[in-house]
Amino acid sequence: MNFDFSDDQKQLRDEARRFLSEKCPPKAVRAVIDGKATYDRELWKGLADMGFLGVAIPEAFGGSGAGHLELCVIAEEMGRALAPVPFSSTVYLAAEALMLAGTEAQKQKWLPAIAAGTAVGTLALFEGTGNPSPASIKLTATNGVLNGVKKPVPDGAVADFAIVAARNGSTGRETDISLFLVDLTCDGVETRALANIDPSRGQAEITFTNVKAESLGPASEGWSILTRVLDRAAVLIGFEQVGGADRALEMGRDYALDRIAFGRQIGSFQAVKHMLADMYVSATLARSNCYYGAWALSTNASELPEAAASARISATQAFQHCAKNNIQVHGGMGFTWEFDCHLYYRRANALAVGLGSLSYWEDALIDRMRQRNAA
Amino acid sequence: MNFDDTPQEAAFRCEARAWIAANAPKEYEDELKRASLGRIQLKGGNILEVAKAWQKKKAEAGWAVPHWPKDYGGRGASPIERVIWQQEEGVFGKLGALFIIGHGMCGPTMMAYAAEDQKRHYLPPLASGENIWCQLFSEPAGGSDVAGLRTRAEKDGDDWIINGQKIWTSGAHYSDFGILITRTDPNVPKHKGLTMFFLDMKSAGVEVKPIKQANGQSEFNEVYFTDVRIPDAQRLGAVGDGWNVSLTTLMNERMAIGANMATGVPELFEFASSLMLEDGPAIDDRAVRSKLASWAVRASGLKYTSFRAISALSKGERPGPENSIGKLVAGTMLQDVATYALDLQGAAGVLSGPDDAEAAGKFQAMLLRSPATRVEGGTDEILRNIIAERVLGLPGDIRVDKDVPFNQIPTRGR
Ligand SMILES: Cc1cc2nc3c(=O)[nH]c(=O)nc-3n(C[C@H](O)[C@H](O)[C@H](O)COP(=O)(O)OP(=O)(O)OC[C@H]3O[C@@H](n4cnc5c(N)ncnc54)[C@H](O)[C@@H]3O)c2cc1C
Repeated sequence: MNFDFSDDQKQLRDEARRFLSEKCPPKAVRAVIDGKATYDRELWKGLADMGFLGVAIPEAFGGSGAGHLELCVIAEEMGRALAPVPFSSTVYLAAEALMLAGTEAQKQKWLPAIAAGTAVGTLALFEGTGNPSPASIKLTATNGVLNGVKKPVPDGAVADFAIVAARNGSTGRETDISLFLVDLTCDGVETRALANIDPSRGQAEITFTNVKAESLGPASEGWSILTRVLDRAAVLIGFEQVGGADRALEMGRDYALDRIAFGRQIGSFQAVKHMLADMYVSATLARSNCYYGAWALSTNASELPEAAASARISATQAFQHCAKNNIQVHGGMGFTWEFDCHLYYRRANALAVGLGSLSYWEDALIDRMRQRNAA
Repeated sequence: MNFDDTPQEAAFRCEARAWIAANAPKEYEDELKRASLGRIQLKGGNILEVAKAWQKKKAEAGWAVPHWPKDYGGRGASPIERVIWQQEEGVFGKLGALFIIGHGMCGPTMMAYAAEDQKRHYLPPLASGENIWCQLFSEPAGGSDVAGLRTRAEKDGDDWIINGQKIWTSGAHYSDFGILITRTDPNVPKHKGLTMFFLDMKSAGVEVKPIKQANGQSEFNEVYFTDVRIPDAQRLGAVGDGWNVSLTTLMNERMAIGANMATGVPELFEFASSLMLEDGPAIDDRAVRSKLASWAVRASGLKYTSFRAISALSKGERPGPENSIGKLVAGTMLQDVATYALDLQGAAGVLSGPDDAEAAGKFQAMLLRSPATRVEGGTDEILRNIIAERVLGLPGDIRVDKDVPFNQIPTRGR
């Protein structure tokens, strides 16, 4: 047992942190938040040049083939920096789905483009309010022709292609669900950007009208592939959340050392110290759960489903907890547009629901623990 | 990042498993499984005797305190092998509760500060459970503020004469030895005038009075010292350096009690699976699932946090203040879990007898013991202070007594 990243992986982390602190200061995040760009294209290009977009993509498909632990390392830094780029949709969702279920030709077409930063991908799963479930998917696929509306689709307005979850049967079982790969520039696709609580990452509505699409993976296995993609993304987004939580904690700590009230640093008041200690506790528990998830993801262990749900739940709670209390530590300043606290608060709450909300993952965790206990 | 055993670890696990299968006191396995924190009762045997017998058997085969050096009664196992041993020992590990203070705190302090011949003399019987040790730190005037203690030690030739009182001393009533912190100089600020010793609990002038606890049991005691003589050779560390010595103890304490804390979560999971509510098993209920999931990820987070600490330890790093997290999280969780388990039982949650209460009264016992977990070995508030100050680098609390000679510090509020 060794429960830590290797020296090489830590070096990669330092490299990513340096790169992002230079190329992705809060100013860059704000440019996107303020609507000056849909995402930071220059940063995206830079991430490709650094090899960060393709760390987990095999060399045969244009990546570096380093692996998923390395991707976890990068994900944490992306979360810390609040990188305003379509990273999670492209790298965790679209690329993972392709790697799990794509044909050789599909992989050859899209994975090298992802690694090179020339294609943005996404997963079109949700159709309005609710959590992931086979029943919630109404968009139809008839002989490979899609009709229906997806919303919200992460980064849907800037994506070049989407993996779309569709219904092609009426047995009421999971096997009714299939996945399709759609080039979003083709006829019949209409996208509309949607206002959302965290504009540093876009959300969209995509309408499909008689769109001819190629299937991704066997027709009846769409739901099981999706579940696996969500589990993998849960660990990766977990690392983004841990990175964000840690940064929010640091910001709170630094402010507590700096701000004086009643003639003392506010960080010397126990109510403030204890709030920060509790933030540290939740960030630490989340990090540890994510490490376990990283191991399960990188080795494709049978523990992955349970590990992913644990990572997801605790990282969601930690980032929300740290982001909200970071504002509290900052007092009135924390509620100004000018201070960066709200950027973290926004991202924390967007990530918290973006992959299915807490209740979905709580359900999943309990089911998976029960299966293990029964086994 | 690797969860799998290395070949050596796998071999160690195999050996441990085989030995446990052949030697563990299986007749108590079921009772131990059912036992919850705050109540280990064995119908078939006296817990002290059963625990000592198991520890002795382990010692004879080299499994007592596996991570201690061989010369002191261990087997020089690595930190990871220690965890493997705990995993394999499973419920039988609950029998070790009596030895935690000795093995987790007194032993490491002796290892750091006693003379070599003392270590060879005292540590093996401590490892084997033949001798039980206790920790004589807290006093009526010095709990969280340990350095506020008043028990005096005065030099008399080659001996020290001890007078004063300790309180909340776990296991003092069956302990053979103890480590004791005293005040040797009241004229200097409080942290500077302390000195540490170890002593034979049967020394003349030591009097132990059990205290009845809030949960009805009696695990801790008052200990009175009247002109007790301790040879200077039993001093641990320099005169006046007792505070630093005690920090070694407390750091190890956090590691020892933080690493393997009960959280109540597996028990609650099992209970929610078997309990039938109006609409079916409790575990199918949305609200129940949500609570369980939140606690489950805290429990797994703690487990993997301790694995991270062990990984750091096996790379040669020392256990640091971040280990305070274990007891802080587990203590609150234990209390919340127990409260919730009673809530699920409705009106019958009030019952505590093993034959009438749900789950043989396990959660009622947990409820009544859990307040102590949040106090013993550092209160929640002190642990948060430690995290805030020593991990996050926030300013220390304002201390009005810091530079004042001990004998000039006010002793009572208003
Ligand atoms: C079951 C049990 C077993 C024990 N076993 C042992 C043992 O074997 N050996 C031993 O030496 N001791 C033992 N203790 C004693 C234990 O270490 C002390 O009870 C503990 O450190 C708290 O001290 P106190 O009881 O004096 O409480 P106090 O220090 O009086 O604390 C009272 C309240 O004030 C708060 N408080 C105090 N100082 C601060 C501060 N600076 N900031 C914020 N809040 C503060 C505390 O958090 C608490 O809420 C045991 C206690 C229990 C409950």
